[in-house]
Amino acid sequence: MKQVLHLRINGQPYEVYVPVHKTLLEVLREDLNLTGTKHGCELGECGACTVLVDGTPRLACLALPIELQGHEITTIEGLAAGNTLHTLQTTFAELGAAQCGYCTPGMLLSAKALLDHHPHPTRDEIKHALVGNLCRCTGYAKIYEAVERAALRQADKETWFQVDE
Amino acid sequence: MPHNDTFSIIGHALPTIEAHAKVTGEVRYADDLTLPRMLYGKLLRSVYPHARILHLDTSRAEKLPGVFAVITGKDLPIKYGIMPSSQDEEALCIERVRFVGDPVAAVAAIDEETANRALALIEVEYAPLAPVMSIRDALDERLPQLHDYADHHNIHKFVSLEFGDIEAGFQAAEYIREDTFFYEGNTHLPLEQHAALAQFSSDGKLTLWSSTQAPHYVHRALEKTLQIPRARIRVIAAPVGGGFGGKADPLAHEIAACKLAMLTGRPVKITLTREEVFYTHRGRHPVLMWIKSGVKRDGQITALHFKTILDGGAYGSYGIATTYYSGALQTVTYKIPAYKFEGMRVFTNKPPCGPKRGHGTPQPRFGFEVHLDKIAHDLGLDPAEMRRRYVVEDGTQTVNHLTITSCGLRECIDRVVEASGWKNWQAVGKRQEVENLSRGTQHAARRRGLGLACSSYLSGAGLPIYWNDLPHSGVIVKVDRGGGVAVFCGSTDIGQGSNSLLAYLVAEELGLRPADIQVFTADTDLTPVDLGSYSSRVTVMTGNACLQATRQIKQKILQAAAEKLLVPAESLSMRKGIVICEDDEQRQLSFVQAVNLAEAKFGTLSSTGSYTPPKRAGPFKGSGVGPSPSYSYTACVAAVVVDTETGEVKVEKLWLAHDGGRALNPQLVIGQAEGGAYMGVGEALMEESAFRRGMLKIPSLLDYKSPTTLDTPAIQTILVETLDPEGPYGAKEAGQGPLLPVPPAIANAVFDAIGVRIDQVPITPELVLRALEEKAKGNAPRVGPKDFPNVKYPNPIKVEPPTNAPRLGV
Repeated sequence: MKQVLHLRINGQPYEVYVPVHKTLLEVLREDLNLTGTKHGCELGECGACTVLVDGTPRLACLALPIELQGHEITTIEGLAAGNTLHTLQTTFAELGAAQCGYCTPGMLLSAKALLDHHPHPTRDEIKHALVGNLCRCTGYAKIYEAVERAALRQADKETWFQVDE
Repeated sequence: MPHNDTFSIIGHALPTIEAHAKVTGEVRYADDLTLPRMLYGKLLRSVYPHARILHLDTSRAEKLPGVFAVITGKDLPIKYGIMPSSQDEEALCIERVRFVGDPVAAVAAIDEETANRALALIEVEYAPLAPVMSIRDALDERLPQLHDYADHHNIHKFVSLEFGDIEAGFQAAEYIREDTFFYEGNTHLPLEQHAALAQFSSDGKLTLWSSTQAPHYVHRALEKTLQIPRARIRVIAAPVGGGFGGKADPLAHEIAACKLAMLTGRPVKITLTREEVFYTHRGRHPVLMWIKSGVKRDGQITALHFKTILDGGAYGSYGIATTYYSGALQTVTYKIPAYKFEGMRVFTNKPPCGPKRGHGTPQPRFGFEVHLDKIAHDLGLDPAEMRRRYVVEDGTQTVNHLTITSCGLRECIDRVVEASGWKNWQAVGKRQEVENLSRGTQHAARRRGLGLACSSYLSGAGLPIYWNDLPHSGVIVKVDRGGGVAVFCGSTDIGQGSNSLLAYLVAEELGLRPADIQVFTADTDLTPVDLGSYSSRVTVMTGNACLQATRQIKQKILQAAAEKLLVPAESLSMRKGIVICEDDEQRQLSFVQAVNLAEAKFGTLSSTGSYTPPKRAGPFKGSGVGPSPSYSYTACVAAVVVDTETGEVKVEKLWLAHDGGRALNPQLVIGQAEGGAYMGVGEALMEESAFRRGMLKIPSLLDYKSPTTLDTPAIQTILVETLDPEGPYGAKEAGQGPLLPVPPAIANAVFDAIGVRIDQVPITPELVLRALEEKAKGNAPRVGPKDFPNVKYPNPIKVEPPTNAPRLGV
């Protein structure tokens, strides 16, 4: 059964006509061409499809859009403000926290939710916040460092040395 | 070669060139691609581990509205396989299925749901055969033979080699020890599920976008199976969301997507489900090992005899190479004057095994390093000191004809020993820490232990997979009159940073920034062949080809600039976007000016570079696996805490020292080391391909345990930068080697903590508790394989060692 749904994604209103059993992951990727949200299992096991719903991490592969009307959905495409990257995006790029990059969108959104609620997380709090996001490339170390650097930078509003490419 | 401090790019911790695209979600992986009129493809897979296909009826599926094509094995009758000698795969099985998950049919439909409904309408009648599910099954000749080719029944391949005088070596020994080990299979588990998108245009040209690590081999397999000349096939490797060896074979879904696109005239995409990724596999071979070594009282090895049996799964894949690799690299760490290797690979009714990070070497390295730890314990020697004393030397060869160009292993050992406080721990640490950690609940306690292990890996296979005299890597550099530089190479970035490597090298040589370099890779129409991202070959091979191409074009630019500036070309250098005379800095041109002068003088500016590894294979059959331009070295100390009540092993910290030659980008090298070590922790403690009643027990990310943030220890990486003469700026490999010492270091640390030997991985709580029970009963404090099958290997090929190999008594 298809139905018209009204969704708010990255601050923009969207109207989609989709089968009601279609997951948020499928609607984002297939109907809205927001392919930044990834899938690694479609069973809620890997965290690759993490998006934010009203600022809270949510697995898009287990979420039904019909339940999310009236809520604010944030995907990786909504993390940067125009061409200005979010601090976490900058630090992930600087420190090599994205290798193959496939877990990165989900990882970034989980990290954003953490920093929005706990601006000064300990290493242990970071580990707990990211425990549902699997990464097979990095061993997580560079990801922790990137979250910590972003927390510092957001707190101090420092002018950090930008790595000159 | 410039001095380190004169590098502007090399040796600096720069971001990769795709870093911004990766953090914004802009990168388009294969499944992110769509084309107009695209259809969705799906594969129907066997539900039996071993069966004959009696009858296959697709007529009901074909009639389903929205279905555009249904194909079976008859549509793709030509067999293929990555190794020329193992052409045993059918994209869709014709007469026989050999594992649960073996594909038998494929459909293309208007959407995924219709495709899935169509699969359900295909009727397959199977006649089940007895499944062969283990090494012991495979050696049982009463069970059916999987393939009509094999060295013997279900023994795919035998290897038997003897280097030096093994009898004399054991006679010279003052202590001899034998052990058996088992390394369970496990899988790559890339986060990205494989996807392939094929388009067949009306002019008869086929294009495939795929998540592959080796587009060149896919290109060759498509030509063979589809019977289209390679000139009319274009394979593009989309950015790969994790490979680790699992995307290095030509795969059934790639071939099926192409065939479906050809039949329907519409683009067809096949994306595997996570469950299908487990069936596609090509992961770590389960390996049973037997090791016997003779040593002097100070630990010097006088002879080593190594036997392996690899459980290969249903098809050949890279398995012949894997079999050789299970014996080839034991010799490149410590001096060994006599070595006998007997290996075999068997076929079983499981998803095919292949190359996973470390390809055939983590299993023997695990056994060998635990075996050495036992010898050190038996002889009362410090395991670190015993190893460092007999490390191989630069400029020598091993007994099996491998050439050591540079070896930083001794320094690696020293650095991890120092960083981990190893010596203090051996002297005074153990007892104190045990008491500190004791919970005091009856006899249970948490006990800490430290373990050490070392390893080595190749910087690229010295010989190609299919026999040829062609370069292993080709690079084209083109310079535009606007100052833009484009570099073209068939190499494939799988997240390790190989695209960035090209940009770094060109930028360093031409005095530009990586952002000025446009990198085009992994496209068989546009880029010269590079064999692919496997065997840790890219930094050395692609890097050398890139330097050759870049330096040629640099010479032209400098020559044109020299004429203009009226100075010798040798006095000019390129830095920060200018061409400048080092003797007279007033004489300079911008890069763009110099490029325009060069284009006016020479015409369109482009150059090519090629790399072929040095020909160093020894004079014997089977010598093609093992040679490499150079070898990396790694030493690891693991600190674990073992809970004797629950059997749980927690890795607290890893200290890892890696000699990867010069670190062209230390941040990327450390990233590879940390990622490899993390994967080693997973293999050591939890990852396993387990089967029950012919079925893969755990084809999901939830049940297949891999380390999360909470399971992954802190990893301290120390780079030991030997400058290797073969590598670009002295670089070696980093992608695979750092995984290798981690499982044995953990096993040795478990012994240090609780005094039991777990001679197999993964080291699960169940095994730890069983070993503690054995110890409490007064039995041998060990779990692991009880014996090694009594297999008759063929008579060995006896090979005289090279003259500069380690010798007995020297």
